[in-house]
Amino acid sequence: MTEAARKKPVQDIFAEYRLTPGVADELFDAQGHMRPVWRRFVDRFSRLTQEEIATRFERGNLYLRDAGVFYRQYSNDPLQEREWPLSHIPVILHEEEWAHICAGLSQRADLLEAVMADLYGPGDLVRDGHLPAELIAGSQQWLRPMVGVTPRGGHYLHFLAFEIGRSPDGSWFVLGDRTQAPSGAGFALENRMATGRIFPERFPRAHIHRLAGFFGAFRTAMEHLARGSAGRDRYAAILTPGPQNDTYYEHTYIARYLGMMLLEGEDLLVENGEAMVRTIQGPIPVGLLWRRIDAAFADPLELDSSSRIGTPGLMEAVRQGNLALVNALGSGILEMRAMMAFFPRISELLTGQPLILPNIATWWCGGESQRAYVRRNADRMMIGSAYAVDLPFDIGSTTALGGNFLNSEKRSIAEWIEAEGTSLVGQEAVSLSTTPAWVDAEDGGRVEPRPMTVRIFAARTPSGWHFMKGGYARIGKSGDAMALAMQRGGSVADVWVVSDKPVPQDTLAPPETGDFRRSTTGILPARSADNLYWLGRYVERTEDAIRLIRAYNLRLAQTDNPNDARLRRLRDFMDNYGYDLSRPIPPALIDRIEAARGCAAKVRDRFSTDGWAALNDLLKTTRRMTSTAQPGDDAARAMSVLVRKITGFSGLVHENMYRFSGWRFLSLGRALERADSLAALLAEFADPDAPQGSLDMAVEVADSVITHQRRYRVETSRNTVVDLLALDADNPRAILFQIQRIRQLADDLPHSRVNGRLAPISRAILPIEAEFCVRDPVEIDTARLIALRSELAHISDLVGAAYLR
Amino acid sequence: MLYDIRLLIEYSYAVSSDHLRNLVRLLPCDIPGRQRVLSRHLTVEPAADERRDALDFFGNAMTTVAWHAPIDSVALQLMARVERRAVPQRLDLSPPVELLEEDIASVQTLGPEAPHHYRGASPRIRPFPEATAYARALIRPGMTALQGVEAVGRALNRDMKFDSKATTVETPPAEAFAKRRGVCQDFTQIMIAALRGVGIPSGYVSGFLRTFPPPGQPRLEGADAMHAWVRAWVGKEIGWIEFDPTNDQYAGLDYVTVAYGRDYSDVAPVRGVMRTAGGHESRQAVDVIPLDDEEQLAPAQGSE
Repeated sequence: MTEAARKKPVQDIFAEYRLTPGVADELFDAQGHMRPVWRRFVDRFSRLTQEEIATRFERGNLYLRDAGVFYRQYSNDPLQEREWPLSHIPVILHEEEWAHICAGLSQRADLLEAVMADLYGPGDLVRDGHLPAELIAGSQQWLRPMVGVTPRGGHYLHFLAFEIGRSPDGSWFVLGDRTQAPSGAGFALENRMATGRIFPERFPRAHIHRLAGFFGAFRTAMEHLARGSAGRDRYAAILTPGPQNDTYYEHTYIARYLGMMLLEGEDLLVENGEAMVRTIQGPIPVGLLWRRIDAAFADPLELDSSSRIGTPGLMEAVRQGNLALVNALGSGILEMRAMMAFFPRISELLTGQPLILPNIATWWCGGESQRAYVRRNADRMMIGSAYAVDLPFDIGSTTALGGNFLNSEKRSIAEWIEAEGTSLVGQEAVSLSTTPAWVDAEDGGRVEPRPMTVRIFAARTPSGWHFMKGGYARIGKSGDAMALAMQRGGSVADVWVVSDKPVPQDTLAPPETGDFRRSTTGILPARSADNLYWLGRYVERTEDAIRLIRAYNLRLAQTDNPNDARLRRLRDFMDNYGYDLSRPIPPALIDRIEAARGCAAKVRDRFSTDGWAALNDLLKTTRRMTSTAQPGDDAARAMSVLVRKITGFSGLVHENMYRFSGWRFLSLGRALERADSLAALLAEFADPDAPQGSLDMAVEVADSVITHQRRYRVETSRNTVVDLLALDADNPRAILFQIQRIRQLADDLPHSRVNGRLAPISRAILPIEAEFCVRDPVEIDTARLIALRSELAHISDLVGAAYLR
Repeated sequence: MLYDIRLLIEYSYAVSSDHLRNLVRLLPCDIPGRQRVLSRHLTVEPAADERRDALDFFGNAMTTVAWHAPIDSVALQLMARVERRAVPQRLDLSPPVELLEEDIASVQTLGPEAPHHYRGASPRIRPFPEATAYARALIRPGMTALQGVEAVGRALNRDMKFDSKATTVETPPAEAFAKRRGVCQDFTQIMIAALRGVGIPSGYVSGFLRTFPPPGQPRLEGADAMHAWVRAWVGKEIGWIEFDPTNDQYAGLDYVTVAYGRDYSDVAPVRGVMRTAGGHESRQAVDVIPLDDEEQLAPAQGSE
C-alpha cells in the first residue's frame, strides 16, 4: 500500500458500496438513502484513514486473541482452533425497529411454549389434525419419557434464540427457532467486548444498549427457579458436554461471567429424585441446569443409552419436579424443520392472531396438494429433510436447491418427492439483506455488502420474555444474498441496538439493594478438584523432566561422550519414565505438557486467561523446538527457555489464583509430585553406587546449587545433599518442606477432622513429617527413599478417595 | 393357561460403584382379554436404597432401583403368577399392504398404541435394503397386511437358522440377517426391519415362552430364558397382532408378555450404567412352570 493510500480516508471506499438489485440492505433503504441509524457511525468511520482502521481492527483482534476466544470444529485435537472470525463493522439497528422485532418474537416464544406444552401434554394439536402424528412420532427429538411430565416452575422454555433475516421488501422473517440448547449468547458478549476496543469513543458507545442487563435478569430468573418454593438451598449450574464440544469455550465463558458452576454429566448424581453435584464436601443439591447438551444424551438410563456424557436418573429428578432444565428435555422437537409449515396456522388457532413476524415459507410434502406445489415450484425452493433440526442454510445430507440436487442423486426431484414425501419439506429459497463488511484487508481494505442473519436471544423472567438488546450476526463470505450462501466459513459481527439518546449503563454488578445473591465460588465439584490436582502434578512432573533433560545435555556438551557413566545413569533413569534422552526434545515431554493442558482445558472456568495462555505457549514452544534443537548445548539452552516458561505459569497461579479449595488441590498435587520426584532423584543420584558427579547433578536438578554453596562451603557429600534436599524445612526443594506443605494444605480441606480426630490423610502424613524432622542424613538411605515413594502414592490414593470422586 | 414364572438375573462388576441405578422392566402387566396377572413380586439384593414403580410411555411396568453406597453385585428375582387367555381367531379384515398407509394416516394420536411410533428407524432397528427387498419379494399384490406379516415371519423362520453362538445382544439386525443366523432377538429385529421397510408398523415384545422338555425327560429348572417376538399393526380393524418368527406361530397361550416397545432399547429387562471402569458379568435363569398342564403343543425353540 502506498503512503497516500494509507492516509486516504475510507469515505471514498464507502462510495464504492454497490447494492445488489432486489436485495434489501442494512445501510441503505430501498430508495438508496442511508438509513438514519447508520449516519453518525458512517460519518465518524469514514473520517478514519485506512491506517487508523487497520490499527483499530487489530486492537479488536488482539483483545479476542488475549481473551482466548477461538472457534473450533468438533475434533479431538484441541489445537484445531481457529481464530475468531470477527467482522469488525457492526450491524446497527434502531431501538424502535428492534422493539418491533422483539414484539414478534415474544409472540412466537409464547407460541413455541404452547406447542411444547401440548406435545408433551394433552396432544390436542395432533388429535385435531393440526400437526401430523407421524411427523412427531418419527422425530428423534420427541422424547417419550417426557410425555405427561410437568416441568418444575410450569414452563418448558426459558432461553430461546431466533435466527432472523430481512426480506427484499424490508420486513423481517424467522429462519429458524433455537430451542434445544441455543448457543451464541456468550459469543455476542465477546463480540461486544471486541467492538468496544475498536470503537471506544463516547459516540457510539453511549448510544448502544448494553447486554449486561439481559444476563443479570436471566441469572436472577434461573436462581429463583432453582430455589423453588420449598425453600431448600438448591443451586443453578450450567451443564456442558465437555471440552470436545465446538462451543465449549462459550460455556466456560458464560459460567465465569455469571459466576455459575460449569458441570459435566459425571459431576452429577441423583439421589431420592434430587439431582446433586459431587463436590469435595459431598453431594450438594442442584435445582436448575442450564443445559448445553442435547436432551437425548442427558440420561443414559431413560434416554439414549449410548450416552457417555449424561447422568443416570436425571429424568427422574425432572419427573419429580425437583430439577428444572433450561430448556426442558425434548424441546428440540420445536426445531424440526417441518414445524415451520404448521406454526402460522397454529398461531391463528391458539391465539386468533397471525404471526407478527412470518417464518420462512415451508411446505411439508406429506400431503398430496403440498407435494404437488413443491414439485411445481422446485426451482425456487430448498428441499430437504422434514426432520432436520439445523438451520435452512446448514445443508444436511440430501438437499435440492433451485431445482437441482446439491449432491449426486440419480432420481429426478419429482420422483424423490413422490417416494419420500412424508420425510421432506420444501422451503422458499429466500434472499437475505446485505450489510457492510470490511473485505480485502490485505490490500488496504474496502467496504462491501455481504448477506447477514441476526440471532436474537430471549430469556423468560417472572415479568415475561426479556430480550438481549443486541445479538449475534452471521455474515456471509460472498456477496450472494441467497440464504444458502451463509453456510460455514463466514464471519460474525456485533449487533448494536442504538438509541437517539444516551442509554443507561447497567453492568452485571449486583445492585446496592435487593436480593441477596449466594456465591457459588465456595463449591468445588469433585471432578474440577481432580483436574486441578492432576494439573498440579503434571506441571511439576514436566518441570522436573525439563531440568533433568537440561542436566543431561549440559553434561553431554561438557564431555561430548554419551558413554559417560553419569549420562548412562541419567538415560536409564529417564527411560523408566518414557523419556528417550537420545532425542534433544524427547516426545514424552510433549505428552506431559499435553496432559497438563488437557486437565487445564477441563477447568477453564476456574482458571485465569493468562495461565491458560502460558500453558499454550509452553506447548507451542516445545513443539517448535522439536524440529530445531540439537543435542548438547543447544538442547540445554532450549530447556532453560522452557524452565522459565513453566515457572512463569507457576508464578501466575501462585500470584493470582484465589486461595480457595481449587488452589489447594492444585498446590497439593504439586507438593506431592515434588516430594516424590525429590525422593526419586535422591534414591538414584545420592545412592552410594551412583557414579562420581551424581551428587552435584542432583543439587543442580533440584535448583539448589547456590544454597548448597552458601550453606556448606565444603565439598559436596551425600550428607550435605540429603540434608539440603530431604531434611531442610526452609528449602522449597526439600522433601520435608513439601511434606509440611502437604500437611498444611490437607488441614485446610473440608472434613480434615472427623469428630475431633484427624482424617486419614493427615494421619498418614504426620508420622512422615515427624520422622523427617528428627532424622540425620545418614538415616535417610536409598531404601527409605524408595519406601517414602510408596507412602506418598498411598497418600495420593487417600486424597482421591476422600475428595476426587 | 396359568403359569408360575421365576426369573433370576445376577450380575457383578469388577470394580464396585456408588450410586448405581437400574431401570428394570420385568413385571408383567394385565392385558385386557389376553393376560391377567394374579401376583407379581420383584426383589432386589442387596436391598436398594430407592425403589419406585411406575408405568413408562408404552404402559410397561418400570421399576427404578438405586443404591447409594458402593456395591459390586446385584441379584434381581421375579416371581409371578400369570393367566394367559386364548384370543379368538378373527376374520382377516386387514387392508391390502399397499393401502395400509391410509389406515395409518387416519390415526390422529400419539398414544402408545398408535402405529406412528413403529414405522421408521428406532434406536436399535433401522430398516435396511436387504430386509426390505426380502419382504417385498414375499408380498404379492393384493396380499393383506395380516398375510404379509405371516408370510415374512414364516419365511424368516425357514431361512434363518437358530444359533446361539452366532450373535450377541449388540449384533445389528443387518449383520445377523447377512449370516442368516441368530436367536429370538435377531429373528425379531430382522422381521421388524423387514415389515417397517414395506410400511407395516411393527414393534418388539419381550416376555416368556413356555418351553417343552425333550420327550421322556423332566423339565430342567432354570433352563429357559427370556423370549422376544414381533408385534405388528395391520390396520384399524384388527390393530395389533403378535407373531413369533423364531417359532413360526402367533404368540398365543404359550406366551407371557412383559413389555412392548419399538425395539430392545424400550424393553431391556435391566438398564443401568456404571460410573467405574472395568467389565461386568451376568447370569440369567428362567423357569416358566405351567400349573394346569393338559394341553400338549409342539415343542418350541427358546432363545439362547
